Amino acid sequence: MIQVYLPIAELSVDASVIVGLGALVGFTSGLFGVGGGFLLTPLLIFLGIPPSVAVGSGTNQIIASSVSGVLAHFRRGNVDVRMGGVLLVGGILGSGLGVLLFNLLKSLGQIDLTIRLAYVVFLSSVGGLMLVESVGSLIRKVPATTTPRGPENFAWAARLPWLMRFPKSGLYISAILPLGMGVVVGMLVAIMGVGGGFIMVPAMIYLLGMPTQVVIGTSLFQIIFVTIATTFMQATLNHNVDAVLTLLLIAGGIIGAQWGARAGAKIGGRNLRILLALLVLVVCSGLIRELVITPDDPYSIVIER
Amino acid sequence: MARIGFLIAWIGVLLLGSDGAGAARPVVADLSNHLVAITTGFSGTHVLVFGATDDRKGDIVMVVRGPRETHVVREKVRLAGIWVNREAAVFPAIPAFYAVAATGPLNTVVPSEIRKRHGIGIEALPLAATDGSHKALRADQAREFRAALIRLKQQAGLYPEALGVVTTLENRLFRAELDLPATVPVGSYTVEVYFVQEGAVVGAEITPLFVSKTGFSADVYDFAMYNAAKYALASILFAVFAGWVVALVFRR
Repeated sequence: MIQVYLPIAELSVDASVIVGLGALVGFTSGLFGVGGGFLLTPLLIFLGIPPSVAVGSGTNQIIASSVSGVLAHFRRGNVDVRMGGVLLVGGILGSGLGVLLFNLLKSLGQIDLTIRLAYVVFLSSVGGLMLVESVGSLIRKVPATTTPRGPENFAWAARLPWLMRFPKSGLYISAILPLGMGVVVGMLVAIMGVGGGFIMVPAMIYLLGMPTQVVIGTSLFQIIFVTIATTFMQATLNHNVDAVLTLLLIAGGIIGAQWGARAGAKIGGRNLRILLALLVLVVCSGLIRELVITPDDPYSIVIER
Repeated sequence: MARIGFLIAWIGVLLLGSDGAGAARPVVADLSNHLVAITTGFSGTHVLVFGATDDRKGDIVMVVRGPRETHVVREKVRLAGIWVNREAAVFPAIPAFYAVAATGPLNTVVPSEIRKRHGIGIEALPLAATDGSHKALRADQAREFRAALIRLKQQAGLYPEALGVVTTLENRLFRAELDLPATVPVGSYTVEVYFVQEGAVVGAEITPLFVSKTGFSADVYDFAMYNAAKYALASILFAVFAGWVVALVFRR
């Protein structure tokens, strides 16, 4: 027990619990190759950290994990900087909208509910889809590496203007598509405190038709800039970035990620996806339970400054 | 100069007072500590309120009021199966902390009109609320929100339910412990001490008390609130740096 006072969250927490949580999320992100923000924020909320502080500090922590992740992808040449650039222009726009919306909902007293609902919707759909897909491929014994290619599947997308060439990904598509994806994911970054990789990666593969080897690196690349912009806006507008909380999470994440990457190599892809899907659904059901059960006191109080 | 001024005042007291210095003021009071510092390991504290009265028989009542803040109370209702904040009541500038102590039960020591006038006891506090758009609430709503506010504040230990005990010695000296919980709001407090005789206030003394965050956590809080852009940049740079160092150390 090392009690540490979180100056922005304005409560005392056991530092070892937070570091442990950072390590757990780092472990899962090392294991599954996802950012882990979508697990971190709900777990912080379960621990009693105010949802808005959990979102702001989570975003700050993701900067660190994405920077350390992207460098390895750069060395292997797996980052499409041009595509990442278009995505992040949209991402910063979307995150700006998201932070303003966050501020509005906070003053209306609906931000905690919005964060929880956004999590329930995304975690249940992503977790459900992953479970169906991975269990399905387990039953059919299909090596689940086949990737449906390209926006050529979408006739409407081919007719959009502003065609742009992305040599690294071997694509010639309208810039509106990645720009729009960036806006949507940027809003999620601001409201949910996630990097958005768990939406961005499938969207890049299935909507844009990007080759799988550049997807993770490019997603991490744009996440860095979008989370930097979001952290800046959250800290200046909503004052919900807790430096002490972030520090503890980063410390834990470093330990966990190394350990997770090693474990991941042993378990194997499909089983990993089943495990991840189950984990996502467990967290999701915890959030649903909090929304549905009758609260001890229907009234709550906040001090406005 | 100050010493001469003190001397003149002292002589004045001697001349005006009928039987010595104490009689000029029916009650004097002070605190063991005027500044409560909230540090990283703060887990609540006590402040001793003490003083003396002249030798007339009477009762002592103390009221501690915290900084005035705008409190918003929200009521959750069930909407399509989930619990959602709906109605809200805004209580502008009400004390964030409020505690009362006395030598006896409040309703026997102080008549209700005096309690009302000086805001002694929670029932006497004018806790008026408006809805979100500065309009008055319906009477039944106002009652419910007021009750909810008091209940939530009591649960948080910020409006202590129990009347504090003031102990006296020889009808001259008195003392009381003021308990401040770990969650005590920061700001300036007032400690009011009333000397009550046969239902009338014959003397009063107001002493200030300051509660403030100090040390590392206070610095971080102030930095985040008043230098938000620099704080944001520092947080971002730290995260980028940490990520870069990790990538160097654990090069895969």
